Amino acid sequence: MDMRPLPIETMHSDPKVAAQPARTKVTARDVNVFYGEKHALKSVNVDIPEKSVTAFIGPSGCGKSTFLRCINRMNDTVASARVTGLIEIDGQNIYDPKLDPVQLRARVGMVFQKPNPFPKSIYENIAYGPRIHGLFRTKAELDHIVESSLRKAGLFEEVKDRINDSGTGLSGGQQQRLCIARTIAINPEVILMDEPCSALDPIATARVEELISELRQNFTIIIVTHSMQQAARVSQQTAFFHLGNLVEVGSTSTMFTNPTDKRTQDYITGRFG
Amino acid sequence: MTDLTAQGGSAELPRVDFSGAEAQARVRARYRAEARFRAYGILALAVTTAFLVLLLASVVGNGIPGFFAHGFTTEVVVDRAKIDPEGKGDADTLRAGDYTAIARAALADAVPGIESRQLKKELNSLLSSGAGDALREAVVADPSLVGQKIPARFKFSDEADIYLKGTGTTVRSITETRGIATPSATKDDVTILVAANAFADDVAEIKAELKARADALTALADNRAARGATPESLSELRGEATALMARYTASATEETLDSKTASRLIAINGGVVKAEKITPTSIVGKAIIPLQSTADAAPGTWQIIVYETPEADRNINDRQVTFLERLKAKGQVENYFDLNFFTSGDSREPELAGIQGALVGSILTLLVTIGLCLPIGVLAAVYLEEFAPKNWLTEIIEININNLAAVPSIVFGLLGLAVFLNFFGMPRSAPLVGGLVLALLVLPTIIIASRAALKAVPPSIREAALGIGASKQQAIFHHVLPLAMPGIMTGTIIGMAHALGETAPLLMIGMVAFIVDVPQGLTDAATVLPVQIFLWSDLPEPAFQAKTAAAIIVLLGVLFLMNGAAIWLRKKFERRW
Repeated sequence: MDMRPLPIETMHSDPKVAAQPARTKVTARDVNVFYGEKHALKSVNVDIPEKSVTAFIGPSGCGKSTFLRCINRMNDTVASARVTGLIEIDGQNIYDPKLDPVQLRARVGMVFQKPNPFPKSIYENIAYGPRIHGLFRTKAELDHIVESSLRKAGLFEEVKDRINDSGTGLSGGQQQRLCIARTIAINPEVILMDEPCSALDPIATARVEELISELRQNFTIIIVTHSMQQAARVSQQTAFFHLGNLVEVGSTSTMFTNPTDKRTQDYITGRFG
Repeated sequence: MTDLTAQGGSAELPRVDFSGAEAQARVRARYRAEARFRAYGILALAVTTAFLVLLLASVVGNGIPGFFAHGFTTEVVVDRAKIDPEGKGDADTLRAGDYTAIARAALADAVPGIESRQLKKELNSLLSSGAGDALREAVVADPSLVGQKIPARFKFSDEADIYLKGTGTTVRSITETRGIATPSATKDDVTILVAANAFADDVAEIKAELKARADALTALADNRAARGATPESLSELRGEATALMARYTASATEETLDSKTASRLIAINGGVVKAEKITPTSIVGKAIIPLQSTADAAPGTWQIIVYETPEADRNINDRQVTFLERLKAKGQVENYFDLNFFTSGDSREPELAGIQGALVGSILTLLVTIGLCLPIGVLAAVYLEEFAPKNWLTEIIEININNLAAVPSIVFGLLGLAVFLNFFGMPRSAPLVGGLVLALLVLPTIIIASRAALKAVPPSIREAALGIGASKQQAIFHHVLPLAMPGIMTGTIIGMAHALGETAPLLMIGMVAFIVDVPQGLTDAATVLPVQIFLWSDLPEPAFQAKTAAAIIVLLGVLFLMNGAAIWLRKKFERRW
């Protein structure tokens, strides 16, 4: 079993990002996750740089979603889940007993596999987060947050005339962009995306991918995907998980052209999965 | 791992063949099975519908007359001497006035000439003991009516009401044209002679009736003998039958009418005579309504009236029937929708009994029940479903809640008796205690329904809320609970409907008492609708049968309304996601 910490490739394929030295946003050291007796994630070590897109790839049940859910402590909601090891965001241990997981989730937003807007109006979907976190004082400020979130998610022009219609009445792709808008409305530092395009058609997928690339300017994004083409298109770093192990992590271009591990190579070339 | 053969199926495995006789037989068998299943379904539905229709038709058929009452309409002078002899004119005096006396006087005016005490008593007994109530209310509400002549309606007694509703007897009136009838007197004992054999048919009819009675008695005796009755015990029956047969076969033409044969009356010269002895040419009887004269009555001006149901089989005697028929003929009988049924409490007199007491009792009881059940039930469900750790303790609690839903309701009644009445010393028969007991009864239902509704909310909604930094409680109270609310509402209303129809536990805590007053608060003695139905169904007066059915209609109406509300709430708040 490969236990040594894997160094992060700090050189980026994207020249824009590569211009500045990337700061590490999320650090994981020796992270293990157990679901009851099952050892779902085995000693994961990874550093995730700031303001870039990191893709987690790997076959089904390899632990990539499990690890993603550790980063905003969504695994806390699973009664049988147990997490050991250290995960830090900006050097702060997120499993510190003094840290409030609810506040953490305001800093680390999440977009899910299936679009899950609240069965409320589009406006209320966006306004809910700012409302519970007290991010505005006046109605005008809230209106501004809603509009700019929708604009950042590229949805404003499509929905501006029906902002009070139910969010569940939108198409699948629009719903997923609404969920992204809802997440960025509370201005998190990290956005976790768990297969955000798996329920969408190719055109909607392209729009969401485009959006992810734009959001990289301001947010640290971690995306779990089954599509290697998607990982190649949107990410700067890629981490490959297999059977609960983090097999290999590095810059996306290196991973797809010159993987060091045989398993990575087999997976990328479609030998298994 | 991916070596699919591209040859269109495997050669060694059998292929589905649709053309063979066996395959076609299989298809036909499948179609038959489907048709059979559909037929069973339709049959089950038809049987259920038939029973439901039968039930509703029976309840409605019996109950509708319960909402109506008959009254004696007339114009009366509100006599100051009878209600306010001292001329005080205040509400208390007006309320204490003798309005029954006014009603009786009006009735005596409508059926004039009744002098004997017995007949007067029978005439007065046609009126309800609460006949003056409506007039009293009107006068108390508007004291200026005193001394004026106003139209009034006085309620008949339950026996008169049943007679007027058509279940008393069939009245057959034959206008005789065969002869001149000559009465011997105008009142008391009257003999009426006719020239022709005008009563020959009646004598024959009576004889036929005697034979029918004798045959029925013989058949009854035979039946009992066949079941092993001793001849001695049947001697009375057989003796009576023999006597009747003897009267039938006797050639004597004079027949005596008794209370077991149809009654015959002669309406002549403005009066009515009840026949006691009859021959083909004469009738001997007693005047019920006095005749105006003893003059000869020409053919066609007098009638023989037959009350088909023998007097012994009726609750109302021939004289009372005659009075009522006279009032009916004068157009002074009115069938009206009796609002009193909804505005008064229970009474020993069926025509005065109402359901307001029970209805208000039910409402107060259900208010207590829902006030306790909804918050406790929903919060318990939220805690168990969303917050409680999954361990053996919560498992036991869960199993016990499910078991509580199946506990017989009488057990909850006994629990209420022991805890609320005996230990806490709460008042007996009170809606407060009834509500508490029903809350115990309904709580498991609401918890189970609420948990099911919470479970039905997709986890993606919880994750969405948690994912943007809502706390667990915020996620549940802002998102999950509102989405579960239609289901919770439906469960609650069905639970309430269950509580509304519950009788047994309330018997235990004394809500089964005879309570006349409409309860004013949670601690007043009260009863509820199903218990009222239970109480009325047990009473001997036939008029209470209609009241029972009418109360059932009200109860069903309230239940339909509640279920309708459940459907409406579900439709209104149902959300798609």
